[in-house]
Amino acid sequence: MGSLEQSVHSTGHHGPATGITRWLYTTNHKDIGTLYLFFSLTMFFIGGCMALTIRAELFQPGLQLVRPEFFNQMTTSHGLIMVFGAVMPAFVGLANWLIPMMIGAPDMALPRMNNWSFWILPFAFTMMLSTLLMEGGGPNFGWTFYAPLSTTYAPPSVTFFIFAVHMMGISSIMGAINVIATILNMRAPGMKLMDMPLFVWTWLITAFLLIAVMPVLAGVVTMMLMDIHFGTSFFDAAGGGDPVLFQHVFWFFGHPEVYIMILPAFGVVSEIIPTFARKRLFGYTSMVYATASIAILSFIVWAHHMFAVGMPLAGELFFMFTTMLIAVPTGVKVFNWVATMYRGSMTFETPMLFALAFVVLFTIGGFSGLMLAIAPADFQYHDTYFVVAHFHYVLVPGSIFALMAATYFWLPKWTGHMYNESMAKLHFWLSFIGVNITFFPMHFLGLAGMPRRIPDYALQFADFNMVATFGAFLFGFSQLVFVYNIISCIRSGRQATDRVWEGSHGLEWTLPSPPPYHSFTEPPVFTHPYKENDRGV
Amino acid sequence: MSTQAYYVPAQSRWPIMASVSLFLIAFGAGTLINALSADAGGGLGLTLLLAGALCMGLILTGWFGHVIDESRQGLYSDQMDRSFRWGMSWFIFSEVMFFSAFFGALFYVRNLSVPWLGGEGEKGVANMLWQGFEATWPLMKTPDMTAYPGPGGLIDPLHLPLVNTLLLLSSSVTVTFAHYRLKQDRRPQVILWLLLTIALGSAFLVFQAVEYIEAYHELGLTLHAGIYGATFFILTGFHGMHVTLGTLMLIIILLRVIRGHFEPDHHFGFEAVSWYWHFVDVVWVGLFLFVYLL
Repeated sequence: MGSLEQSVHSTGHHGPATGITRWLYTTNHKDIGTLYLFFSLTMFFIGGCMALTIRAELFQPGLQLVRPEFFNQMTTSHGLIMVFGAVMPAFVGLANWLIPMMIGAPDMALPRMNNWSFWILPFAFTMMLSTLLMEGGGPNFGWTFYAPLSTTYAPPSVTFFIFAVHMMGISSIMGAINVIATILNMRAPGMKLMDMPLFVWTWLITAFLLIAVMPVLAGVVTMMLMDIHFGTSFFDAAGGGDPVLFQHVFWFFGHPEVYIMILPAFGVVSEIIPTFARKRLFGYTSMVYATASIAILSFIVWAHHMFAVGMPLAGELFFMFTTMLIAVPTGVKVFNWVATMYRGSMTFETPMLFALAFVVLFTIGGFSGLMLAIAPADFQYHDTYFVVAHFHYVLVPGSIFALMAATYFWLPKWTGHMYNESMAKLHFWLSFIGVNITFFPMHFLGLAGMPRRIPDYALQFADFNMVATFGAFLFGFSQLVFVYNIISCIRSGRQATDRVWEGSHGLEWTLPSPPPYHSFTEPPVFTHPYKENDRGV
Repeated sequence: MSTQAYYVPAQSRWPIMASVSLFLIAFGAGTLINALSADAGGGLGLTLLLAGALCMGLILTGWFGHVIDESRQGLYSDQMDRSFRWGMSWFIFSEVMFFSAFFGALFYVRNLSVPWLGGEGEKGVANMLWQGFEATWPLMKTPDMTAYPGPGGLIDPLHLPLVNTLLLLSSSVTVTFAHYRLKQDRRPQVILWLLLTIALGSAFLVFQAVEYIEAYHELGLTLHAGIYGATFFILTGFHGMHVTLGTLMLIIILLRVIRGHFEPDHHFGFEAVSWYWHFVDVVWVGLFLFVYLL
């Protein structure tokens, strides 16, 4: 052994290595968390540039800037990169940074596999992005890659897209296994499951969803690969297959996938609101059960994405009612956050502003989701900008705002410096206004019948599109403020205290800011911050 | 337990090297497959794929070897052992879900979409596309016989598949016997039962290969034979790959037993492989029932 790796027999007190090898060979959960976060920030900007290309083309009716084929590649790549490259890795980054600190562990349970989970991603996305330069262009069939668009009519680069998805799947599954093993096995002595911070709970359930559905995604892209190159007929009715089969398998993955992107956000918001309301969370237990219920329901609602494809009536009704059922646990959550704030001594630092915006705007996205859940109404909304408005409301001021809230909330803990509060507030207000200007008009466009994924549109849609494009550029460029603030916070800034926030609670705030390279070298004593909270008093 | 210091491995080069190899495999496979489909030479893709696979093999050997060394030095606490157990269990769960995707596809086409193509139910309008198409399962006549010539014949489930079922089921028993003997520290018998398990697994693979050759050359049951062939080969094919991997893992475990690894009360590597083997066995029972027999 020996030459390739040196073993350390206990945690010891070794600090980080120096130079690039620190990041390439690291087994440290904080380093890997940082890598994930910066990777996702990069992807956020790449995907954002694609979004701005789309919005620039849609600024006016007619074809101005890009060819329709390229426009299709932009909508496809924007979706794939934001989902798999920006939101998911960002939450894995948060999980890496926070879960060991929150449960009193020294690191993740399987540190070398943790490194592997991360380093697969840059290669996978290099391959995915390189398809844009290949002959025939990149993926142009939408992020949902429905067959036969993605099989019979796909560009040759679809093969690389399939293998890139396989790599992302391997990365996600290993990451999720690591999270579960860490949470189930590395908690500080005395910390029971129902004592865990909600962020940890939401990630435990998210990790379960990931392990359950990423293999299904691998299965569906494998069937695509077989259809394209090896003569099978899974998605071709001429051979007895069914293109709709693709949609069923894809959405069996796809619906839990959207909860994978929102459950950790629920966890983040459930940490932040009690801190700045200076009250305990209104109902810890109900939050846990609501999260679990949402996860279970996510497996039996998938075909609500397919109401318009043609299903037996019993199917339409089943999926309509199960989908509406999700509003119950989600409502439990929203009321929980509101009740937590009720009569709290609230202050409005930037993390709280983002969390509040999350609660309001995510709820709007949830309500438009309920509208879409009504099968007969969905026939009208299907494949219009109303759908685009809906899922951007849950993803941008939902997941992304939660990620920004989390960044501002924990950045002082991570770096040891306070960020610039006025600049952060500027970032918040620009983002808040930008997001609403971008996505709110899309509701009207969709209800008026503008289809999604088109580079050109009828004249009557011109005004709202112009407004949306204006908002998109405002939102996009205001993210530069975010990056500037993060970088200056890493470099310098007022020294942060250990607790950082007056109302902070949980084990991560008992560590110094910044925390030592290995958080807990021996298991900490755990006292129950949530225990007396069970009755919601 | 509370006073036990945590074990955190130091920096490691294995994961980044494994990531590069995985990229070579994926990029090479993509290049090769595209070249083959375009009838161009697959030289570059094949080279990359083989180089990646070779590197991955070496890296996994090194990485697992490293873990085995650490384990034999006694670096792993009971907590570490539990982490490995959770890791393996959830990995097997992910494999279960991988197969569920294909079983789900099979049930969907058998019970829903093929009958709809044949004109049944509210979606029966699909029948207008291929009038006169009759829904049967196994689907011998596809809607478009020129594009997808249906299979000429089927594998007799009571012939080779039944033999294979018996082989795999008994291999699950023999690997359990090996485990019991290991707990009693009776090594020669562990080796014997493991050898028998590997023999049964290999025999299964040989019969599976014979069956594939028969399917292709005598029955006209191919990947191209419509949805029956597609579901048949994707399910049995991925299962066969898993049996191959499981057999390889059993061989490694056998070599480790011969080298004197494992303690009667501390042998998770052995247990992980036997869990995997039981999983492969259970999948086969599902295959035998739903692909061959029913």
